Amino acid sequence: MVQNIIDVKNLSKSFDISSKNPGIKGTIRHFFNRQTKSLKVIKDISFEIKEGEIVGFLGANGAGKTTILKMLCGLIYPSEGSILVSGHLPFRRKENFLKNITLIMGQKQQLIWDLPPIESFYLNASIYDLDKFEAKKRIKKLSEMLEIDEELFTPVRKLSLGQRMKCELLAALIHEPNILFLDEPTLGLDINAQRNLRKFLQKYNKETNATICLTSHYMKDITSLCKRVICVHEGAISYDGKLKLLLKKLSPVKEILIVCRSEKDAAKLESLGFNVKNKIKNEITIKVENNSITSSLKTILNNFDIEDLFINEPPIDEIIGKVLMKKDYDI
Amino acid sequence: MISNLINRKIFTLLKVQYSNMLEYRVEIALWAISGIIPFFMLNIWTNNNLNESINISDIMLSRYFLCAFFVRQFSVVWVVFSFEEDSLMGKVSPYLIQPLNPFFRYFAQHIAEQITRFPFAIIIAFFFFIFNPESIWTPNLGILLLSILSTFLSFLIQFLIQSIIACLCFWTEKASSIERLLFIPTLFLSGLLAPVVSFPAYVKPWIYLTPFPYLIDFPANLLSGNETNISGGLGMQILWILLLFPLFKKIWSKGTKKYTAMGS
Repeated sequence: MVQNIIDVKNLSKSFDISSKNPGIKGTIRHFFNRQTKSLKVIKDISFEIKEGEIVGFLGANGAGKTTILKMLCGLIYPSEGSILVSGHLPFRRKENFLKNITLIMGQKQQLIWDLPPIESFYLNASIYDLDKFEAKKRIKKLSEMLEIDEELFTPVRKLSLGQRMKCELLAALIHEPNILFLDEPTLGLDINAQRNLRKFLQKYNKETNATICLTSHYMKDITSLCKRVICVHEGAISYDGKLKLLLKKLSPVKEILIVCRSEKDAAKLESLGFNVKNKIKNEITIKVENNSITSSLKTILNNFDIEDLFINEPPIDEIIGKVLMKKDYDI
Repeated sequence: MISNLINRKIFTLLKVQYSNMLEYRVEIALWAISGIIPFFMLNIWTNNNLNESINISDIMLSRYFLCAFFVRQFSVVWVVFSFEEDSLMGKVSPYLIQPLNPFFRYFAQHIAEQITRFPFAIIIAFFFFIFNPESIWTPNLGILLLSILSTFLSFLIQFLIQSIIACLCFWTEKASSIERLLFIPTLFLSGLLAPVVSFPAYVKPWIYLTPFPYLIDFPANLLSGNETNISGGLGMQILWILLLFPLFKKIWSKGTKKYTAMGS
């Protein structure tokens, strides 16, 4: 049986936020009498993550997903509740715990700006008590996986964003952590760089059975990496389960675009009782429920000599967008 | 075993930070040159014969200010500014989840910078001796080693004071403004502008109870060969370190609980 590696129970986090009215009057009042209020950004959440799982945290800006990751890796202290990560209380930041995890934040860097990344790699290796031989071996292995070579010896400031992100990953993974916390790792990367990074993460997960917790606003990251998603809405969990199930529930229909030989055929098809979305000349778009796609296609192909046919998935961004706006999803 | 590992970490940190500092060699040369306040003060003292009132000869005074320049070069600390910036920009976050206190990084940065400064400080001293050949002297090896130790202890005191203030970033965000409050006493009481011996007798005992005279005055007097209580001075330096270190640890531990990882 696969063990839980992350166990979160009734976790909450509050921040003290000071507020100020605009204008000179507000500024003076703010100077002499600062008003602060406690804002609960994470509200009593509980979940478990199994070893080797890749879990995506979804939520609108400010929903609290990054705060959750920061608490899981021990960066910030929880206000209430308990967290156990790999058997440790993260905030204690015990050496054994820190050697097991890594946190990668998109566009936040730990590489030394004016030196080639290789210097930062050796520095990290010594911080994690790796000897030079082992460090060399791991740098070689990871740089092959990430397909970086000359970049290792080029000053960080001269690297492109994509190259830098690969080097950040190498620096963050040199100690071969079991748990990866990735906060928007593909932020700002071009499509190819995003794809390469996803490929690398899949490979790393497969080879090391590492657990990956990921936040991203790029749905492609989530759909290609995560089987399970946790949706966060205003600090609370609105959905925790399989991504496939969520998509199925939220998008029960597919759209089929049929290009008929003539306008007459299109009109005939329209009269068959399909749910027509629109019809332009000889092109007709119908909406079909997921469980009746095969039978609908059979009917169309048996009765019409069609020119072309396209089955369109509804855009995943739209579906997830719906989830992010809602407080609770009971699937 | 553990000390070996720590040494290896520190050594690698030093090596990397030294390479980094070499990238900024022009900036460091300018910083070294900007530290010549003691030479201006020497000029003011000797031109106005102020040294006569405290029974120090011209030569001893010029040696004192040269040594003050050297001590300053190797004990200057800016950790509060670096930490504040890193903390506000969220750069501290990745360091906090590494098994090494982030202050070791800043510590290594300072040491690496001192090593980079060294040749520039020697060049400035060389020019000082060209214009003041009568001030040339060779301290004996024992005194030289004790002076190096005392300068290092002075650096440690300043590093700890600034690190404690830097930790206040967890509460106030702009901790460097608190550091500025310490600038005035540091400037006047440390011996950078005038040897502490020149202060009125009724304030001197109070000044010696603060850490300030052990930052520049004591190591500079020691190196220049002026009369000074060596064991008392070193003892006070160690005492201040022993007081400040646990305070730093306490504030660090409390502060990290307040950390909100803003900017990241």
